[in-house]
Amino acid sequence: MSSKYLLAIIAIIIIIGAYLTLTTENQYERIEIAGSTSVQPIAEKLAQVYMEKHPNVKINVQGGGSGLGIRSVSQGIIDIGTSSKEPNSNESKGLNRYLIGKDGIVVVVNPENSVDNLTKSQIRDIYNGNITNWKDVGGKDGKINVITREDGSGTRSVFQKIVMEKTSIKGDAVVLTSTESVAQAVDGDPNAIGYISIISFKGNLKAIKVDGVYPTEETISNGSYPIQNPFLFLTKGNPHGVVEDFLNFCLSPEGQSIVKSEKVVPA
Amino acid sequence: MSRETDEFLIEKGLFLTAISSVIVIALIIIFIFWEGYPAIVNVGFFNFIFGMDWSPSNGLYGVFPMIIGSLAITGLSLLMAVPLGVFCAIFMAEIAPGKMRKILRPTLQTLSGIPSVVYGFFGLIILVPFMRVQFGGTGFSMLTASLILTVMILPIIVSVSEDAIKSVPSEYKEASLALGATHWQTIKNVIFPAAIPGVITSIILGMGRAIGETLAIIMVAGNVVQIPTSILDPVRALTSNIAIEMGYATGTHYNALFATGIVLIFMILILLVIANYFHYKKKVTVGGGYL
Repeated sequence: MSSKYLLAIIAIIIIIGAYLTLTTENQYERIEIAGSTSVQPIAEKLAQVYMEKHPNVKINVQGGGSGLGIRSVSQGIIDIGTSSKEPNSNESKGLNRYLIGKDGIVVVVNPENSVDNLTKSQIRDIYNGNITNWKDVGGKDGKINVITREDGSGTRSVFQKIVMEKTSIKGDAVVLTSTESVAQAVDGDPNAIGYISIISFKGNLKAIKVDGVYPTEETISNGSYPIQNPFLFLTKGNPHGVVEDFLNFCLSPEGQSIVKSEKVVPA
Repeated sequence: MSRETDEFLIEKGLFLTAISSVIVIALIIIFIFWEGYPAIVNVGFFNFIFGMDWSPSNGLYGVFPMIIGSLAITGLSLLMAVPLGVFCAIFMAEIAPGKMRKILRPTLQTLSGIPSVVYGFFGLIILVPFMRVQFGGTGFSMLTASLILTVMILPIIVSVSEDAIKSVPSEYKEASLALGATHWQTIKNVIFPAAIPGVITSIILGMGRAIGETLAIIMVAGNVVQIPTSILDPVRALTSNIAIEMGYATGTHYNALFATGIVLIFMILILLVIANYFHYKKKVTVGGGYL
């Protein structure tokens, strides 16, 4: 009877599956990392190099956003939560923070745009709707197409805190959900303005000097470029074992040189 | 095992597979209501459904602009996709020579197999700049989103409509031609009216895909929470709202996103009921049975 064979096959599959999962559990030490999508590439790179040196460790890096990273690590779901913003006093309870690097937020316009310097308050006025034409900030006549990120994005919350301060971004600004799509949109529109992480900044866009300071590794590192945010690794309480070793690796000169090679400003 | 137990097991097994989809849907709906209900209570039903402002950081949760946004995007795309799709289906079922059909069918199948993120990316780098140059503004608009959706739902409408047209009994066609009607008159007066229930089904399926589509819409619609005053205004759909903010939401905001899901479920239910009503009304009765 064929159903008996079927049963036997299913039983064998279950046994093999159980065996495989059990043995892999025993072979590897695991580190689960999740959180900010802007920290993700650098965390992946660090994890990759670390795993090459320690074949017995498996590190799994996921995105999900800074909020998710902070929430999951406080709940003990993951070992390390990543964040591109400082957790507020409520969220940071019981968490250890490790500064892995610094990120700058570049205000970008299309290369055809003649404007190359804006003050922080001009950028604020553009984003809250007080300035709507490029000619009011020294450019050619043209309506400013304001592009922003979604409510909750780490990049947006840094931009909100440092640039917008108490005012809010105007309601009819186009909302895009990734750094890449903001870059694409600004690349194609001579009248657009957007903001992206310096990691994703490439030569096809034009970076604006903010209060006269051009965003570079140096100006971000010494703090003279105003729009910047930390890249944090968070753990619940003091880390132990491989997690501690991995964090030490990230902060070591070798880890920091990897950070630098990914265009993140070392801590 | 005896024949009776075999029979019994197979019957129950089939029953289980059939009932599993119902159970899954029931679980999902219960879960969404469970998570979304607190937000509706907190915010208030009318404030939630008819509220004009969505600003979670200020505690404002009004989804009305997004209900309008979803309906407008879906309506506009159906307006473009239905004539295009139905005429294409008539052409493929009735007029196209075999060779042509051999080219058209795989093309349409490919169209339906392309992942939505690819449509979205195509829209972002090709269509958005094109719309901006042609119509001004930012290029992120209801029209851009509807155009992308039109291409996405076209294969569904064409293939289901084509099957409906093909399944009209050949006696109808033969009788009409024998009475001296031309081919076009036959299509217009006999074949198409008989195929209408199937065509409506195709529209329902297309509509379902359009209203549920998320990723491609997020990339090209601009996601501004406002009631559009023209088809060139950026809008945010209900689905986009959930997907954009889910990763960050906590507390009431989190519940409010599930409540957005409840609204979406009800909208789809209402649309399904309306569509099924027309489907039923237009059924052609032949010799005591439905066609």
